[in-house]
Amino acid sequence: MSTLSLIIKQIINALQLGSIFALIALGYSMVYGIIRLLNFAHCDIIMVGAYISWYFMTNFANMPYLAVAAAIFGCTLLGVAIEKVAYTPLRGSPRISLLITAIGVSYLLENTAQLWLGAAAKSVPPFFKVTTLSFMGLSVSTTSVVTIAVVTVSMTALTLLVQKTKMGRAMRAVSEDSQTAQLMGTNINATISFTFAIGSALAGIGSVLYCCAYNQASPTMGSMLGLKAFVAAVLGGIGSIPGAIVGGFVIGLTEVFVSSIGLSTWKDAVVFLILIIVLLVKPTGLLGKQVNEKV
Amino acid sequence: MKKIFAIILSAMLLLSMTACGGGGEKEAETIKVGILGPHTGELAVYGLAVRYGAEMYFKQVNDAGGVNGKMIEVVNYDDQGDATMAVTGFTSLVDDGIVALVGEVTTGNCRAVVDEAYPINMPMVTASATATSITYDEETKTVFKNVFRTCFIDAYQGSKMADFASKELGAKKAAVLYLSGDDYTQGLAEAFEAQCKEMGVEVVAKEAFSKGDKDFNAQLTTIMAANPDVVFLPNYYEDDGMIVTQARALGIKCTLLGGDGWAGIEKYASAADLAGCYYASAYAAGSTAELKAFEEAFVAAYGEDYLNMFAATAYDAAMVVVEGLKAAEAKGAKAGEEDYKQAVIDGIDQNAGNVKGITSPSGYKFDEYNNPEKDVVIMTIKDVEGVPTPTYHMNY
Amino acid sequence: MKTRKNLPLIVKYLIVAAVYALFLLAGNLLIKNKVIGLYYTKVLMVVAINMILAVSLNIGTGYLGQLPLGSAGFMAVGAYASAIFMRKVPIDPKLIFPVGIILGGLVSGLFGLIIGLPALRLKGDYLAIITLGFAEIIRIVILNIDKALGITLTYGAANLKNIPKTTTFTNAFIWVFIACFLIKAMMNSRHGRAILSIRDNEIAAESCGINLTFYKTMAFVVYAFFTGVGGALYAGYLGILNPSGFGFAKSIDILVIVVLGGMGSMTGSVISSAVLTIVPELLRAFSDYRMIVYSLLLIIVMIFRPTGLMGTKEFNPRGIMDFFMGRKKRKEER
Repeated sequence: MSTLSLIIKQIINALQLGSIFALIALGYSMVYGIIRLLNFAHCDIIMVGAYISWYFMTNFANMPYLAVAAAIFGCTLLGVAIEKVAYTPLRGSPRISLLITAIGVSYLLENTAQLWLGAAAKSVPPFFKVTTLSFMGLSVSTTSVVTIAVVTVSMTALTLLVQKTKMGRAMRAVSEDSQTAQLMGTNINATISFTFAIGSALAGIGSVLYCCAYNQASPTMGSMLGLKAFVAAVLGGIGSIPGAIVGGFVIGLTEVFVSSIGLSTWKDAVVFLILIIVLLVKPTGLLGKQVNEKV
Repeated sequence: MKKIFAIILSAMLLLSMTACGGGGEKEAETIKVGILGPHTGELAVYGLAVRYGAEMYFKQVNDAGGVNGKMIEVVNYDDQGDATMAVTGFTSLVDDGIVALVGEVTTGNCRAVVDEAYPINMPMVTASATATSITYDEETKTVFKNVFRTCFIDAYQGSKMADFASKELGAKKAAVLYLSGDDYTQGLAEAFEAQCKEMGVEVVAKEAFSKGDKDFNAQLTTIMAANPDVVFLPNYYEDDGMIVTQARALGIKCTLLGGDGWAGIEKYASAADLAGCYYASAYAAGSTAELKAFEEAFVAAYGEDYLNMFAATAYDAAMVVVEGLKAAEAKGAKAGEEDYKQAVIDGIDQNAGNVKGITSPSGYKFDEYNNPEKDVVIMTIKDVEGVPTPTYHMNY
Repeated sequence: MKTRKNLPLIVKYLIVAAVYALFLLAGNLLIKNKVIGLYYTKVLMVVAINMILAVSLNIGTGYLGQLPLGSAGFMAVGAYASAIFMRKVPIDPKLIFPVGIILGGLVSGLFGLIIGLPALRLKGDYLAIITLGFAEIIRIVILNIDKALGITLTYGAANLKNIPKTTTFTNAFIWVFIACFLIKAMMNSRHGRAILSIRDNEIAAESCGINLTFYKTMAFVVYAFFTGVGGALYAGYLGILNPSGFGFAKSIDILVIVVLGGMGSMTGSVISSAVLTIVPELLRAFSDYRMIVYSLLLIIVMIFRPTGLMGTKEFNPRGIMDFFMGRKKRKEER
């Protein structure tokens, strides 16, 4: 393998990894933008999505579309349910209580999954036949192509939704200043639920892509993934949608770059070091808005 | 509201105090054996395999009339994989009056428990802690006489696989991809690397990943660029299944090797991807009538999920424990006394050779460091009509 | 009860110290007579360690009003520093262990200074994530430093073994007392009020001439110091250290303790450490459903009592004692 094709190969690896991080980071970022909550349960919603994919793919193997639909629908439903049951009662409380509730929900989902489905990872059958595409002496697996394509489409759709629709405007208004938005006639509860629904639907898409790429579902699969995606969201500027995308790709690129120069044991340390440096130079993340303090 | 909480709190404290009182009582009719390990959390799949494997054997002994007419009572403790809880858990079991312990599961926690168990001479048999330091401390030159194991030590199978790669497969260049931060995987990787140097095999790439990583493409691309003859993957089967799949998708076609953590990998990668890979194992699954019977009974009782190598070695560990218990009972020692524990240890030391373990039919003979003298079985995976099938290759 | 209000400070402290000494004596007696079994002694030691970790995190969250998530990192620094010292020093560990514990605290405090100076420029969730980042880096460095430098210091994944087991019921709880006392004394002083004023309104505090950087860093260093002390006790309790025990989840565990107890309430932290350490043990009756019950409890407590068990109330040193006397204290305070 020539050095050039090696570099290109690694860039494709980075894009694939980064796009999954970006997709999950979006979920963190949207929820944070609207109710200022680090939703620890987000990564466990992905876990549930992966189990739904597993269930449908093992029982209805010839209908992958059904599995995709079920995973997305199931995640959306779960996300909204969590918001209604666990987060809505706490809307006026200190933010940290909300954070602890989110941690509690995360533990609950993980342990329920383990008790119900066992601690062993479930192998998810492939959604489509993985082949290796050759292009000018360069081999790329179909998984990478599909992952990158789906993430690009979802992100475009999301950006359009937030920028061009009425609901999107409501979401932006609530995240800007929820009280004023309410005075202007925005239905806060509906908007927040809608944001959770969208964020969880993205988690559903993320879970399907995850299963395509890594073909396993296990109760604790979300924890490390969630932490990285969360870091990506903060790195890009939490609350900012383009920021989450940029953050995801930066993390993906960093991990792959550090691994490819033979320092794979230091990979996570470098990711966090970059996060620290970025935050110190630009305290609200790469694309985060600088909020001026009012006296 | 506050008062209610205060009352609940004090009730809890009281409850915990009263619970202390009940700890030391012992019943004469049963022999209590502890099983300690992570039954929830990230390591639960290994912890539960050990627990179920051991429980199954104890149940069989009870069904056959127990030891010396006494029933074995299993006391479980879930430490969630946390070292602090492993230590408190062990003392809890001791307070409960156990006479022997099966566990702990992971090396780090096991050693923490050994530090507690050695001073009180509590017999323990671990089915899965593979580091040398579990039974022998290099710094103080102490052999922990009360600790036995039914699995290999890290260094042994790591170097055996390097031998195998060089002599049997004729490898000249090898690569390693291991989980960093885990003493089992790191131990194997280091032993493999050291033996490779010895045999004149060049290690062209040594890559690591961290716990929870699912994407290995970056490391695998680096390995692919180094063009090795064999890639050694000394990790657990769930990770390795993923690595094998990704490696093949990337276009790595060389032989992949694994340690005994591979047992069970056939559920996590396809036959086409796994065909022609080799791994070290303590035993050849399904190769004897005893193993087949065990596997069937285990799946019937606990499902397929937990049938991995630890279930089998734990079953053997329980067998070894029972051998010790028999000796102690024959001696007429009284449970809870120092003599009893020593009798169990002596019993294991002297009689475990007669134990027809399912993973070691020739019995368990322990060397001067209390490590079992077992052959490494090299397994290969064959593609039988699209089903990956681990097959016996050779004793090594 | 009323008259006690007029007692000089030192007398109050002496009363508390005497009561506490009685508690230690009683505890020791019960352990010696095997009324409290070995297992519950161990659990109590863990409770004590968690208490220290919680009251020190409470400085950062409750008093300073920030959200540092670096407890696991500082704990690791304290634990490794004291463990390496205790292993190397040729003096009887039973005599030298206070030095080891203070050393653990000091090294950790130094790290707190190094990390705090840049990190404290950030606020809220950004501070949370940056401290989390530092903690993870500390863990990875401990894991890999031996390999990278070719030394044997931390032993990385192969476990740091043979650490003298010096932590006992008595000395763990003595350190709980020292930590609570010193933190309380600091919070009652001019410096403590400065820290509280930063929590309540940073801009107002700054315009009153309070040096924000200095006081924030000070609170952070004290937090790091006592977390390091907790880590050192943890090392002496366990006798073996592995970097994987100091992951992100550990920091979260301690945060849960503090929030559940009520941020800004030391008594809350102390009680909640005891409850959250003992409850999972009691829940063993539920066996397999234990963790589910635990997480449900967490959610329910937060929904029905979002400010934590003790709220945000501040207590004086009599708090611990008075709590067990019932409502009297509350009336007095109002």
